Amino acid sequence: MSAKPAPIEGAPVLEVTNLVKHFSVSGSKGLRKTRATVHAVSDVSFTVAAGQTVGLVGESGSGKTTVGRTVLRLTEPTSGSIKFKGQEIVGMGRTELRKMRREMQIVFQDPQASLDPRLTVGSAISEPLRIQKVPGKHSDRVAELLELVGLAPDHARRFPHEFSGGQRQRIGIARALALNPSLVVLDEPVSALDVSIQGAVVNLLDDLQDRLGLSYLFIAHDLSVVRHISDVMAVMYLGKLMEIGPSEAIYTSPAHPYTQALLSAVPEPDPMTERNRQRILLQGDVPSPINPPSGCRFRTRCPIAKDLCAMEEPALIDRGQGHPVACHFPTVNLAEMVGTAAV
Amino acid sequence: MTASLLSLRNLVVSFKTPNGTVQAVRGVDIDVAPGEMVGVVGESGSGKSVTFLGILGLLPHTARISGSATVEGVELVGASNKVMRGVRGKKIAMIFQDPLSSLNPVYRVGDQVAEMIRAHQEVSRSEASARAVELLDIVGIPQPKVRARQYPHEFSGGMRQRVMIAMAIANDPEVLIADEPTTALDVTVQAQILEVIQRIQRDMKKAIVMITHDLGVIARVADRVQVMYAGRVVERANVNDLFATPTHPYTVGLLHSLPRAGQDRLEPIPGRPPNMLQPPAGCAFRARCPHAAAVCATSLPELQPYAHSMTACVRIKEIDVAAMSGVTA
Repeated sequence: MSAKPAPIEGAPVLEVTNLVKHFSVSGSKGLRKTRATVHAVSDVSFTVAAGQTVGLVGESGSGKTTVGRTVLRLTEPTSGSIKFKGQEIVGMGRTELRKMRREMQIVFQDPQASLDPRLTVGSAISEPLRIQKVPGKHSDRVAELLELVGLAPDHARRFPHEFSGGQRQRIGIARALALNPSLVVLDEPVSALDVSIQGAVVNLLDDLQDRLGLSYLFIAHDLSVVRHISDVMAVMYLGKLMEIGPSEAIYTSPAHPYTQALLSAVPEPDPMTERNRQRILLQGDVPSPINPPSGCRFRTRCPIAKDLCAMEEPALIDRGQGHPVACHFPTVNLAEMVGTAAV
Repeated sequence: MTASLLSLRNLVVSFKTPNGTVQAVRGVDIDVAPGEMVGVVGESGSGKSVTFLGILGLLPHTARISGSATVEGVELVGASNKVMRGVRGKKIAMIFQDPLSSLNPVYRVGDQVAEMIRAHQEVSRSEASARAVELLDIVGIPQPKVRARQYPHEFSGGMRQRVMIAMAIANDPEVLIADEPTTALDVTVQAQILEVIQRIQRDMKKAIVMITHDLGVIARVADRVQVMYAGRVVERANVNDLFATPTHPYTVGLLHSLPRAGQDRLEPIPGRPPNMLQPPAGCAFRARCPHAAAVCATSLPELQPYAHSMTACVRIKEIDVAAMSGVTA
């Protein structure tokens, strides 16, 4: 393989600082055209260390997918810095970026839509090698990759429609690994799969990480899968990070009211737990990212919001919880304070 | 169990396709008693949705349906359009997964609920409109009077699903069939909708069939559960028994495949579901079952009592269920 941009020693694989992404949308008011700005990602910072998995969780519209796409510059950031192995990739030229992209790949949610139905599996997996003009015999590499993800080398001649959902996702993973990346963004990689199949793909991702020393940015809304696979969990709401810290800490003692509501909303597969559970039922829906609330973005649905929350935006800092929380009044026992609210 | 309200007997649904006949539902018996919440759980292709769409005559013309399905004594299989119109919405109502495609974008929400009322009841337009506002209030839509005059695009996903529930209860049916009603929603909104559905079951004494792939949803809301696999019910049990002591190897495998705290590796079920164009002879789960033996290939297992459950496994007495269900979620 030809020369890669020189990595800076000791730097995290990915370092995102003050990332902002605005989308401009046009609408109409009567005959007049109007323009508005969607604040998809606002001031998000986090790092992914070598060999680490950072799980990004949040509901639809939280901006988690936009973060995933922006760190690969599949979407241009509005502002902020994205450093990959110490090198700034915001503003990097096309040629250099293309070289950089070898090291950072993505696996999409829908394995059906992300594979060209007219390309054989072999040519889909070797496409990155062709684009990057990697010398050598591509068919050998394809066979190796297929074995790596638990498929047979002769599957290379077949077409995507001949495979099940779980197998297609393995093909997507093989394609992402073709260029030996160090970072893989996994955008809801198992959400489209049945429960009995999901586990096999998650185990595969675990194994590949151990064997190849990969770093993952794992984007998902299924909290139990994220907890299983992630070292660090970052919770997003309306384009902002609400809480970030070690997965177990976030899962077992969340300090942000939103994280607690989110966790308490996930139904546990245990009827006894479900019956005796204190649930924090949030009122209403997520506000529009076109006009996010002032101060704390969660305050309109927060059961313990006070005047301060509307006036001042809480910084994402450690207030004695052991990890950063963006809340003026972090607490670990919100459920006991507010009880199970009525609808 | 009290006399059943909705009763399916040996229900079979198949689809003619260019590649052959897909045997989607292969002999299903399900009873629903008044006021209970029956959970129907299974993965994609298990036939859970097709079973209930089939009895309401909501499948495309390529579907063939046989067996029996009765609601309050009225036979639905082979019923005329006229009979079906009297049943749908009036005796059995349905709540679908995707509320946006189930609402007409060019009519006001209140008018759509009112239309549902006037389809079955002899009431004036203004009475129907007033009743529609009441229904929107019951399902927890704030400012129902204002919201009734708005269009579907002005509603969020969760609010649209509440509208669908309002339409489903508009004619006071005895049975509600909820087909993955929260799958398209975020978890915090899902929690709200499940509360509404539970409240309707409790306060209005409705029987509800909750079709879902999510075992968490089942654990939260169901009284009794039917586990489906490859077009058959493979296990039937009370919700507590199902989770505490699952009996069918598929149910055990499904519960084991969920991630648990402190677990190093997940334990998925090996293999994948059979192709329903040619379902295997005998037990459809045997190719993925750790306890499969020669006997499993000989005949289609019927549900039989075992412990607290009904289970469709011919080897159930030989395999050590206690050891299998040692680890539960």
